[in-house]
Amino acid sequence: MTSQDNMSEEHLPEAAHGHGGGPVVTKDGHFADPGLPAHEPRRTDIDEKAARRAERQVAMWFLLSMLATVAFIASYVIFKPGPTHHVYVWPIGNVAPLNFALGTTLGVSLFAIGAGAVHWARTLMSDEEHIAERHPIEATPAVREQVFADFRQGAKESGFGRRKLIRNTMIGAMAMVPLSAVVLFRDLGPLPEQKLDTTGWKAGMLLKNINTGEPIKASDVQVGSLTFAMPQDLSEDDEDFQVRIAKDALMLVRLQPGDIKDKKSATWGYQGVLAFSKICTHVGCPISLYEQQTHHVLCPCHQSTFDLSDGARVIFGPAGHALPQLQIGVDNTGNLQALGDFTVPVGPGFWERSE
Amino acid sequence: MKKLSARRRHPLAALVVLIFALVVTGGLYAALAPTSSASADASQSLQVEEGKRLYQVGCASCHGLNGEGTSIGPSLVGVGSAAVDFQVGTGRMPAQQPGAQIPKKKVIYSQGQIDQMAAFVASLGAGPVVPTESQYTGGDVSKGGELFRTNCAQCHNFAGAGGALSEGKFAPSLAGTSAKHMYEAMLTGPQNMPSFPNSTLSEQNKKDIIAYVTHTTDSNTNPSYGGMTLGAIGPVSEGLFGWIFALGALIGAAIWIAARTPKAKKS
Repeated sequence: MTSQDNMSEEHLPEAAHGHGGGPVVTKDGHFADPGLPAHEPRRTDIDEKAARRAERQVAMWFLLSMLATVAFIASYVIFKPGPTHHVYVWPIGNVAPLNFALGTTLGVSLFAIGAGAVHWARTLMSDEEHIAERHPIEATPAVREQVFADFRQGAKESGFGRRKLIRNTMIGAMAMVPLSAVVLFRDLGPLPEQKLDTTGWKAGMLLKNINTGEPIKASDVQVGSLTFAMPQDLSEDDEDFQVRIAKDALMLVRLQPGDIKDKKSATWGYQGVLAFSKICTHVGCPISLYEQQTHHVLCPCHQSTFDLSDGARVIFGPAGHALPQLQIGVDNTGNLQALGDFTVPVGPGFWERSE
Repeated sequence: MKKLSARRRHPLAALVVLIFALVVTGGLYAALAPTSSASADASQSLQVEEGKRLYQVGCASCHGLNGEGTSIGPSLVGVGSAAVDFQVGTGRMPAQQPGAQIPKKKVIYSQGQIDQMAAFVASLGAGPVVPTESQYTGGDVSKGGELFRTNCAQCHNFAGAGGALSEGKFAPSLAGTSAKHMYEAMLTGPQNMPSFPNSTLSEQNKKDIIAYVTHTTDSNTNPSYGGMTLGAIGPVSEGLFGWIFALGALIGAAIWIAARTPKAKKS
């Protein structure tokens, strides 16, 4: 029997069971309160055998949970970790037995506890409807009167309203106490000072290929290619490598000189080789989804798009500044070198950012 | 001899001498010319010749009769045999229609025909050459993973599953791409992919990357630990699955729990 079967009977006011029953329409034309339908017992309420069966079912769920927990511990012991051990499970595909067994058994043990509790509530716990009347929140007039009288008397006895010096100094003292906590925030770390404005690039520093670790010759950078570079004095084994590469990372491209629309950008490069910061000016994601035919660079985080042929101008997305360009030239052996630091801070904007 | 001498002023004498001279020269050349190199040149030029014939049927309408390029197809001078082997060998060329990006499709030429076209295009101007097997096998998987995440993962995704670019362009999934084609793609930079010449990524770097991609995209060597990777494209598909299917199932379960329980009495 589904609830659908009960609909007709349950919602008809004529049935007039429950305490609110009465005529369908009252004299002033409003619908009468039909009240709650009468309580109907479940099979488990009236049939002791059904109740015992439900009890066994609930216990079975809890028992299943226990077994799954034991199975979890057993799989942890039995299966070896590693991708070389794998089995095919339909329809999921190849899985590692350890991960699959741990996930399945833990899932079953948690699910079975929930399923048992729900089945218990639906079959055995009382499902009788109770009406809990709402009580007014407001206190009685007598209590209110007493509270106000007590307050007025207290205020008068303390002299809070009359002795203004005491009152004002007390408010001042209490307002100043939290300042101690604010001052302690200074201990969160050193001030950034000029760190956001400068990078590790200096005049005369060679550009190093991040893959091969070799200095990059201008002739190595071909039209349509993409090369990542870092300062010559930086190494992946350095203690501060992560701190420095977060600002120093460079993206090297070469454009046909005729394709470069921004004159300043062209003179800052070397024969069409342009060096741009790899750090997005929005929130600092590494940005290098380079489309070599359109010369567009996309940021994978929020789809900011920069046009490298036009001074890395922002052409789409939330970034607020063009990608900073590093002025480069070659030394006497043909290796690319920086002619100075970036002239604007790399990465996301900040309050004191100088343009 | 007198007879011959007497006819030296005959109107056809000059012609006879000329024919005699030509036969002698040709005969001497045939007898003395180095035969081996002659046949190699002939087979090479035959490759180019056959390639040109295929090119003129399948490619010339966009790339021009001599590979000079037109308004709808770029010049092929200097792209090299590697570019042809990649573009035609993965079915991208010949293109079905111009668009944001030419997708991979069924390969319609045999490898022999592709080699012939590659030979013809290579004859137009020097460019990257089809790699030999030793150039793209035997890389180091873990070093390759590092290089892949630095140079490739921004577009092709950390698991090589590919990703979207701007205005309909996309970085394709790398699953199932042959090692040779990966090498050629890095070398030549097909379509909007930047190229990674040996000065940027050394030959060993390329081998390592190929080893990593091959290892990662094959579910036999790199099974997914828990199964169901949802495309391994990160939070988008995971969020979609979580919000729609997982949360939907939870809402359904909550409604079922709170639904009216079956009653004993048949009304």
